Amino acid sequence: MVSRHPSIAFRETTKLFGEVTAVDAISLEIEDDSFVALVGESGSGKSTLLKTINRLVDPDSGSVLMEGEDVRCADAPELRRRIGYVFQGVGLFPHMDVAENIAIGPRLSGTRLPGERIEELLAGVELDGSYASRMPSELSGGQRQRIGVARALANDPHILLMDEPFGALDPVTRDALGKRVRALHDRLGLTTVMVTHDMAEALLLADRVLVMSEGRLAADRTPKQLLAGEGGEIAQSLVAVPRDQAEALAGLVG
Amino acid sequence: MFEALAGLGDKLAAHILLASSAIALGIIVALPLAVWASRSPAVARITLGFASLVQTIPALALLALFFPILLSLRAVFGEGLPTLGFLPALLALSLYALLPILRNTVTAREHMAAGVLEAADGVGMTGWQKLRLVEAPLAAPYIMAGIRTAAVWTIGAATLSTTIGQPSLGDPIFAGLQTQNWALVLAGCIASAGLAIIADSLLGMVERGFAARKKWLIWTGASVAAIGIALSAWSLRAQDEDAIVIGAKSFSEQYILAQLVGHRLEEAGYKVEYRDGLGSAVVHNAVTTSEIDISFDYTGTVWTNQLGREDNPGREQIYRTIVDWERDTTGTLVLGNLGFENAYALAMRQDRANELNIATINDLARSARGLTIGGDVEFFERPEWIAVRDAYNLNFARTRNFTSTFMYDALTGGEADVISAYTSDGRVAADRLVILTDTKEAFPSYDALLMISPEASQDARLVETLRPLVGAIDVDSMREANFSVDREDNKKSPREAAENLAKKLGL
Repeated sequence: MVSRHPSIAFRETTKLFGEVTAVDAISLEIEDDSFVALVGESGSGKSTLLKTINRLVDPDSGSVLMEGEDVRCADAPELRRRIGYVFQGVGLFPHMDVAENIAIGPRLSGTRLPGERIEELLAGVELDGSYASRMPSELSGGQRQRIGVARALANDPHILLMDEPFGALDPVTRDALGKRVRALHDRLGLTTVMVTHDMAEALLLADRVLVMSEGRLAADRTPKQLLAGEGGEIAQSLVAVPRDQAEALAGLVG
Repeated sequence: MFEALAGLGDKLAAHILLASSAIALGIIVALPLAVWASRSPAVARITLGFASLVQTIPALALLALFFPILLSLRAVFGEGLPTLGFLPALLALSLYALLPILRNTVTAREHMAAGVLEAADGVGMTGWQKLRLVEAPLAAPYIMAGIRTAAVWTIGAATLSTTIGQPSLGDPIFAGLQTQNWALVLAGCIASAGLAIIADSLLGMVERGFAARKKWLIWTGASVAAIGIALSAWSLRAQDEDAIVIGAKSFSEQYILAQLVGHRLEEAGYKVEYRDGLGSAVVHNAVTTSEIDISFDYTGTVWTNQLGREDNPGREQIYRTIVDWERDTTGTLVLGNLGFENAYALAMRQDRANELNIATINDLARSARGLTIGGDVEFFERPEWIAVRDAYNLNFARTRNFTSTFMYDALTGGEADVISAYTSDGRVAADRLVILTDTKEAFPSYDALLMISPEASQDARLVETLRPLVGAIDVDSMREANFSVDREDNKKSPREAAENLAKKLGL
């Protein structure tokens, strides 16, 4: 057996903001090809933990390993180009058209992305090639986030990080885009870490759900285990919300 | 009026070069500062604070302040450092241009969407790539708006650089104000305002080009501006380094004397340039440091301001002392006394003096408590006034400052009861003013002097060309020449007045 390093590993990772411990000595490993959801209330430290992977946040102590190597050994911009990053604000560059936005990552390392590849990336997020020449201001919120996903995948990353990626979208768009991203994850063989405060979304999309509370890991379970009542009080209080809603909806039908 | 406008070609070119250089320097300094400020709140506070502070200094004072600053910097950079003209004007105006560019750039950075900056980091931009690909293009329209504001301010403020010896569109404005030649004033204002409007619309075009991402707008605006600047530089290319520079303070007599000397030197084959409208304090320093070659001063002025004397040992003694002092301390040649005196004197309207029964300054002291005295802008700060005030114990109800031209109008119009008149001024006779007798001789004498800079005094032929002027101009002729420029009707230009004066005196 060839021993493989886990895709991402946290080792006693700790981050303080002044007096507040945002991430408190977290240790865990994320396996290749897994889709992991980081769930928790606002201020639980889930976003901060995510950002230690691509060094938008540097831990105060402990370390983060990517494929066995400490992320701090790499040059931060160089590291980020190898990791896809999608966040709630999307942050399309308003002075660049869609094609330029998608091609920005390869451009930074001196590669020109061919038109066919841009069309392919657009198709991956269910947009046709006519979008390539549009400006971000001409797009709806859902379309922008689709472009955001396409941009994150342009450099063929192994890892996709998503920070509340669908938080600002309407429920229909949100559902469609969530499914789309899960399909891309499977097709491209990505390792995906998604931060969300929506337990339903986490249960439906992820293979593994990590629940964070006050900087610590409160639960680490599969969706099935959580629905079966495992994972402790904090996790169950979050699972209760969608479950109660589902039961109430079922009651309306019955 | 059109004639006046047409004659402004050189001034316009000099103005364009000065203003565009100042804006360019302002941009070169402001942009890196703004980038630094956008990364450090402390730097932002300090730079914006400094730039705002500079803005509160009146432009006229800021320009004047660079003279002593550059003078003291000569200790570091050597005697070759210019203290008047282009350099100080450039530095002062660039400082003035800083604030709008700096503020707009910092504001643009503050208002940039946080998501866009996070995305720039997230996709893996280095600091430099982020600046070049995201921050600069997004800030460009704001920066251009700042540059537009700076350009309009700078073009306006550049008219004031006349006072420190830099040719500009301020030359006709200052000369026109002094000689009440309103066509000249208007021509200067229209040219400067027109230039500001043109610059603003060209830069506006560039700004719109950045905002709408239309490259042709950017290129059109920038190219037209660049062509204008290049044409100005080209038209000024033939500036002669060896020209003799004649300085003049900002009143008619000085303009006429400058033209008289200039004409004479031209006939002797010299190239001549004029620096009209220099501040009185600047002139003495300029000639003693060879920044200008020739100036006209008055014994009393040098006596009190440069030698710091308050006593009055008599006309001849004062003159001798000044000649020796200039030779020994500054190396400047006092070629001689031109032959007339332009003294400060207190003057009143005939009817008012009769009514109050005033003939001497002593008489005036009795009634002063109920009267208003008007002086030119510097009079009440001058040691002569302080000496006279203390000698006669003068105590006026009000003191008011006027430009020397409006001072006479204020007296005839009754807004002042007494003014600090100049004895060679044509308006003293024309307005039939009474000069109050200075029984205590508190005012020193003010014989007009022809001064030649240490450098120019090495030129024996120049000195000999000018020597016939010594003792040649009597006070009546000077007064008549001054009046021909100052009067309302049949106004002469300083050049015409100088020609008439030369003809009359057989020079």
